[in-house]
Amino acid sequence: MSAVDWSEGAHRAIARAGIRLLAHVPDAGLSPLLARCGRDPAIRLVGLADEREGPALLAGAWLGGLPGLLACQSSGVGNLVNMLGLSAVGRFPLPILVTMRGEWGEQNPWQVPMGQAVPAVLAAMGVRLFSLERAEEAEAVLDGALGLAFGSEQMVAVLVRQRLLGAKRFRAARASVP
Amino acid sequence: MSAGLDRRALVAALVARRGSALLLAGLGSPAWDLAAAGDHPQHVHLWGGMGGAFAMGLGLALARPDRRVVVLTGDGEALMGLASLATIAAQKVRNLALLVLDNGVYGETGGQPTATSAGVDLAGIAAAAGFPTTRRLENPEQVQATVDLLLEAPGPVLVQARVEHRPLPLVLPPEDAVTEKRRLRAALGVGEAGAR
Repeated sequence: MSAVDWSEGAHRAIARAGIRLLAHVPDAGLSPLLARCGRDPAIRLVGLADEREGPALLAGAWLGGLPGLLACQSSGVGNLVNMLGLSAVGRFPLPILVTMRGEWGEQNPWQVPMGQAVPAVLAAMGVRLFSLERAEEAEAVLDGALGLAFGSEQMVAVLVRQRLLGAKRFRAARASVP
Repeated sequence: MSAGLDRRALVAALVARRGSALLLAGLGSPAWDLAAAGDHPQHVHLWGGMGGAFAMGLGLALARPDRRVVVLTGDGEALMGLASLATIAAQKVRNLALLVLDNGVYGETGGQPTATSAGVDLAGIAAAAGFPTTRRLENPEQVQATVDLLLEAPGPVLVQARVEHRPLPLVLPPEDAVTEKRRLRAALGVGEAGAR
């Protein structure tokens, strides 16, 4: 993990883009960003029961002039796939921040199938993909992704890679990981 | 086939009293009902995204606290969007009302029974979630009072209206969601560069 906190640059880009609504299903990897945005009086946090609510919620908010961002763990991407059709057909700007599991040193095998499928699933639905692997690049990557989403009415996802977030430790690493 | 209210008359009664309220119709029969009541820039019709109408209404209500937002949808979609009752209750949105046109069946797919036909009480679920105002509407004499409730009672409101299941003329709304989006944003005075 990097000494730089990726959530700091991410929040700067989010604030600069005028994001007022952060819809989310929590994830350990997201918690620094949720805490930072929660301290920002300009941003309303909306906790979702299901990631699938996110594209619909953000579409409604956009109709009323309120720009938003959806944040969730990679497993949640599987929950929202059909609802992306609403964003696509209405050309609603939809930025999604995905904290990745199941890829870099993952110790929970249940996270692997969906985590590994995230890029292909999102790409198949027409979501434009950005990858955030270094904390120092967070602000620039978010700037680019949010600019594309709102400037061109696109669905975009920033995948915050597990290499940056660090793997959740369930057990001591074995000397030789197969 | 089943007893219940005339759904088109109920929706027409809501539209007649709408005023500045924004009306969002979920996919299938509710969208056709709203179209049958006459098209308007304050109306949005969904053709898909099943389960998303409640959440979309929440987003609109959060964005526009100065406006009443009424979501009209069927029992099938309401059942798929149950999680959003919790999300909406937690946000305590005073300006959001949900009208479930409950005919007890999946009308667009051949009339297969939904869980409400087995007695599942959507108004009761909403009340348990924390909605301050919930009603079951079955009596035609209570339609006007229920419309008042949808437009004025402290939200979030959920009304589960028992409507009849019978074939109705198909009245199709505009199918271009981008056009509907732009006309509503124009009606609300929201510029296309709103995020920047």
